[in-house]
Amino acid sequence: MFYYILRRLASVVVMLFLVTATTFALFFASPLDPARYTCGKNCTPTILEGNRKALGFDQPVYVQYGKFVAGLFVGRDFPDNEQLRKDFPQQIVHCPAPCLGYSTTQHRPINEMVAEGWPISLSIAIGAFTLWMITGIGGGIAAALNKGRWPDRTIVGAALVGFSLPTFFVGLVLLYFPAINWGLVPIPQYVPFLQNPFAWAQNLILPWITLAVFFAASYIRLTRAYMIETLSEDYIRTAKAKGLAPATVIFRHGLRAALTPIVTAAGLDLGGLLGGAIITESVFGMHGLGYLAVHSVTYMDLPTIVAMVMIVSAFIVLANMVVDIAYGFIDPRVKVAG
Amino acid sequence: MTDSPAVEGHNDVGLLSAVPIAGRTPWQITWSRLKRDRVTMVAFGASVFFVVLAVSAPLMTQLGWIDPYNNHYDLVGGLGSLPLGPFGGVSWQHWMGVEPGTGRDIFSRVIAGLTVSLIVATLAVLISVVLGTVIGLISGTAGGKVDWWLSRMTDFVLTFPQTLMLIALSTIVIDVLQAALNTDRTVPSMVFMILVMGFFGWPYFARIIRGQVLSLKEREFVEAAQSLGAGRARIYFTELLPHLWAPILVYTTLIMPQNIATEAALGFLGVGIQSPTPSFGSILNDSVNYARADPAYFVFPGITLFLVVLSFNLLGDGLRDALDPKADRQ
Repeated sequence: MFYYILRRLASVVVMLFLVTATTFALFFASPLDPARYTCGKNCTPTILEGNRKALGFDQPVYVQYGKFVAGLFVGRDFPDNEQLRKDFPQQIVHCPAPCLGYSTTQHRPINEMVAEGWPISLSIAIGAFTLWMITGIGGGIAAALNKGRWPDRTIVGAALVGFSLPTFFVGLVLLYFPAINWGLVPIPQYVPFLQNPFAWAQNLILPWITLAVFFAASYIRLTRAYMIETLSEDYIRTAKAKGLAPATVIFRHGLRAALTPIVTAAGLDLGGLLGGAIITESVFGMHGLGYLAVHSVTYMDLPTIVAMVMIVSAFIVLANMVVDIAYGFIDPRVKVAG
Repeated sequence: MTDSPAVEGHNDVGLLSAVPIAGRTPWQITWSRLKRDRVTMVAFGASVFFVVLAVSAPLMTQLGWIDPYNNHYDLVGGLGSLPLGPFGGVSWQHWMGVEPGTGRDIFSRVIAGLTVSLIVATLAVLISVVLGTVIGLISGTAGGKVDWWLSRMTDFVLTFPQTLMLIALSTIVIDVLQAALNTDRTVPSMVFMILVMGFFGWPYFARIIRGQVLSLKEREFVEAAQSLGAGRARIYFTELLPHLWAPILVYTTLIMPQNIATEAALGFLGVGIQSPTPSFGSILNDSVNYARADPAYFVFPGITLFLVVLSFNLLGDGLRDALDPKADRQ
């Protein structure tokens, strides 16, 4: 097991290297000039060239990549040019490790922007995750136990509707009707959890529902399918035959086996969401990481785009690893070679 | 839903004993199962209806049956040029009301938008299917090193967050395409979405096809073909491919609605197809600006989008159940 984890870690490092290198190459070797978007309409060639030098865009792409990777481990100083740093020491901005780069539109280290958006994205992801796991697994079990009867049909029908509803449409409807028109809940605005937990939840309830609808629907389908499969296994019949209480059979024997693939899916989905729920955040104007990504695309902030892609990919790669390793612990049948 | 088709009063034994036993091809078996599944048949009908509507929309525009581009300033007015009349200006001439600002007929724009959205979704699926099938076939049959590298490549592509990459790449690719094609942004946006959505879709197909091939290649007919001296290409395309149509068809039907929804979501975020070209994305993106003043503008197209996605999802589910030989027949 130890060697397996080591090997898995090594492959994560390789993957992360490949992802960052590809992303970097895609965006910085493209015909777009990242310096062009550093200043607005009244930009003079002098300012433009100055910015290009200050942000290091005049250097070859592989040098820029090298500096980026070095910055991730030891941090870096901007402007990214020795001469400029010597001439204007008062302008030096230190970007501590892991330095993600320097935004060309907000003119500050990307780390600061990520640090501001991260609590919002995390709050949305955690709440939605809890909501969809409870409704998804609960609904899936209820449907499986009533297979073919009306509760099953109702739940499966509802899941299909939820599965087909576009997230932004759910968000717009929830924003417009309960919040704006009927005033049942406040129009969502992020309140830090530590400041006021109640207001935090009250403001986030609509984003949570919006994000959870699609996932709850898929988890209902997933849980139902696995539960039905598990409940038809021989060992369940044995458990029933030896007179165990129905609840014990369902939860101890049935759910435990069905849970393994669900945990896998949940880990991957949560990993993908930690980098920001782009659509939900956009609908509700929550300035989390997803909003930051869209914003940086709209204003052509290439360093921020690259940083965002890397953050989200890193979460996906890490979630993959955690799930793979967890698999070995949850399911005793999984034998790890090595 | 399709696991429990409503087949009251039917039973296999009675049906079979009434007619002389005859051999049925797998397609006939599938079709007979599909016919008994009422929900799927309704979804099938709805999907065909939407496709026919999409195909005939340009012709209907030509004939003047629908009118997606002309402005009707007499139908909007007041502060912010909102539609006159209830529910965003719904009337006998304008079933879904009219657009705020321009007064264009929303019903016509939704139908014309269906064409654009379905073209994008279909071509993107085609790219995913072709790439995924070829890579999955090679990966599954070749085995060894080739399989290892192709599988790692699949993992690698899956590492990229699809929605984020679509948004991020739109900055570069649309500009490059626009410069290359020398047109307005409509065609480059469509080509961009087809290419990138298609590209990020193939790993799913590749994994499924590879899995199928791995179990198929142990079967006797492949061995028989090999021992008769069949070449690689023959084994791939003549022996194995016919067995893969079922999963390909099912997953194509299931990826289609996802692509339609993705196009709409990207348009909503403002990176996809833009007005005046109608598509679900561009219509809904435009409607967001009026979400408070004129909610009907996003509700009608949104519900239509939901119905299109739902029909394809139901059809895909039904096909999967009908094509799965293990599916229980109640």
